[in-house]
Amino acid sequence: MSDLNAWFGTNLVLRDVSMTAQPQAVTAVIGPSGCGKSTFIRCLNRMHEEVRGAGASGKVLFDGQDIYGPDVDPVDIRRRIGMVFQRPNPFPTMTVLDNAVAGLKLAGRMTRPELRERGERALRAAGLWEEVKDRLGEPGGKLSGGQQQRLCIARALAVEPEVLLMDEPASALDPASTLRIEELIEELKEEYTVVIVTHNMQQAARVADWTMFLLSGEVVEHGPTRKIFTQPDDKRTEDYVTGRFG
Amino acid sequence: MARTAIQLDPNTGPPAPRRRSRVGDRVFKGASATVAVGLLALLALLLGDLAVGGARAFAKFGLGFITGRNWNPVFGREQFGALPFIFGTLVTSAIATVLAVPVSVGLAVLLSEVHSGWLRNPLAVFVDLLAAIPSVVYGLWGLFIMKPVFDHRVEPFLSATVGKVPVVGALFRGNPNGGDLFTAGVILAIMILPTVTAVTREVVATVPRELLEGAQALGATRYETLRMAVLPYSRSGIVGATMLGLGRALGETIAVSLVVGNGLGIGASLFKPGYTIPAVIASEFREATNVGVHRSGLLALAVLLVVIAFVMAALSRLLLRRSVRLMGGSATVAAERAAFQVNG
Ligand SMILES: Nc1ncnc2c1ncn2[C@@H]1O[C@H](COP(=O)(O)OP(=O)(O)O)[C@@H](O)[C@H]1O
Ligand SMILES: [Mg+2]
Repeated sequence: MSDLNAWFGTNLVLRDVSMTAQPQAVTAVIGPSGCGKSTFIRCLNRMHEEVRGAGASGKVLFDGQDIYGPDVDPVDIRRRIGMVFQRPNPFPTMTVLDNAVAGLKLAGRMTRPELRERGERALRAAGLWEEVKDRLGEPGGKLSGGQQQRLCIARALAVEPEVLLMDEPASALDPASTLRIEELIEELKEEYTVVIVTHNMQQAARVADWTMFLLSGEVVEHGPTRKIFTQPDDKRTEDYVTGRFG
Repeated sequence: MARTAIQLDPNTGPPAPRRRSRVGDRVFKGASATVAVGLLALLALLLGDLAVGGARAFAKFGLGFITGRNWNPVFGREQFGALPFIFGTLVTSAIATVLAVPVSVGLAVLLSEVHSGWLRNPLAVFVDLLAAIPSVVYGLWGLFIMKPVFDHRVEPFLSATVGKVPVVGALFRGNPNGGDLFTAGVILAIMILPTVTAVTREVVATVPRELLEGAQALGATRYETLRMAVLPYSRSGIVGATMLGLGRALGETIAVSLVVGNGLGIGASLFKPGYTIPAVIASEFREATNVGVHRSGLLALAVLLVVIAFVMAALSRLLLRRSVRLMGGSATVAAERAAFQVNG
């Protein structure tokens, strides 16, 4: 990605952000609140522009194709780049199984048995299957918060996206659920390119291979996680990761 | 909680702290209790009066008052059977609901979807204006402008097309001339449209952003987002909005009485003249005297109308309660508010 700018109305939130997310690896985006982490990740699947008055410019290359190109349909992009949000947002009245396969139903015709099978696979991948296999018919809104978030991950995985974006996926969860999600991310990177936003530095250190530090909408530093946390090049990065500011 | 306990049993509780606000609280409590009790008493009085007034008709005809199909107020040959009016009231309201609700939901969604388009404000204002037009104006317009068009164009057309379809076609067969249930239903639909649209719009506005984004991030188009996220979440609220509209349709008098045709027939065809409870009350109350049971008959009709309205409100409550359990949230609040307005 290169020279990405993003704004809300007249407020320029991202300035010339350039980075590359390595395939089959976890890239963490860290930075203080309001620095543009969510905006950044939402630019990667063209969700940013859904907010009234918001827009973005620059290049985001995905499989060699610029997703901000003139004849790219954001809907297609979003089907290939999955996203998990900060607050679990399953469809509350849909059943657990229907939630898991909601994206598949959009994508095209599948028979019920096919859907069920893909749903089961996604729920297993999200580490939720054992807990919900007897509750597939219950509404998604009845699961616990941590389960709901894993259901959302299953929903994103079911369509077999190439990239998975996660915006603070564990920040609304209790420690045990957070741990589950982190283990899950560890497994997911075998198959997916994962970009995760977090304001929790330990979390970034635990799950990410690469880390990008964002400050006031600009990239301060981007490199292997260990380097960022132990011998950063930039003084500001050091201050941030050691908790001296932010 | 604690305060309530103190008031119930002043001897055992700790002494209540004396604060200025307590006086205000008491006054407020007293005032609202008075108003609440007063309103209930008024309602009871009203229903009581209606029931007492209608008792003679109920006593004379028994269940026949509800199941009878003849309504003849001529003294000496008096016959009071309310079935044609019940039928007409339910049928016209049903037509109105069936026609208005989909259009309203569509409009409400459109109004909340169109971000900044030039269409948004004029359309919203227009819908609100529709709600402000007095019903007699709708009635006159219906009688002089809409009814002829329906008689000569719309109904013959429906008769020649949908009327040929088996089963459903039965609704659209018959002589389209003169006032009929269908025309009245359509007028009612137009009248309840703004109300249902306005409430639905409020409900749709309460759908959380996260839910919309959840659908969009899966690659849902606008329409798919609507089906996946907006409508399921708003369902209970839309039921509430519908009930609000239905309540208005059930009670509408003038506009209906001008176009419904005032006939006592009961049949499958919507192109036959019908009659509704409010319409017959409005057109006969003047000559209804206490010589026979005519006046009592009209009052008994009023009782039936109230019962129908209560049953509808109760049904909507039931419907709501079932879907409400699934989620809670502010759509529910909006819906409950709407349902509450229907109830009382
Ligand atoms: N919906 C919005 N409308 C206008 N400004 C916004 C909106 N969301 C975020 N912003 C602004 O964009 C900046 C970056 O926000 P965000 O990307 O959410 O930060 P982070 O996720 O790092 O906390 C903030 O200064 C915030 O005020
Ligand atoms: Mg954020």
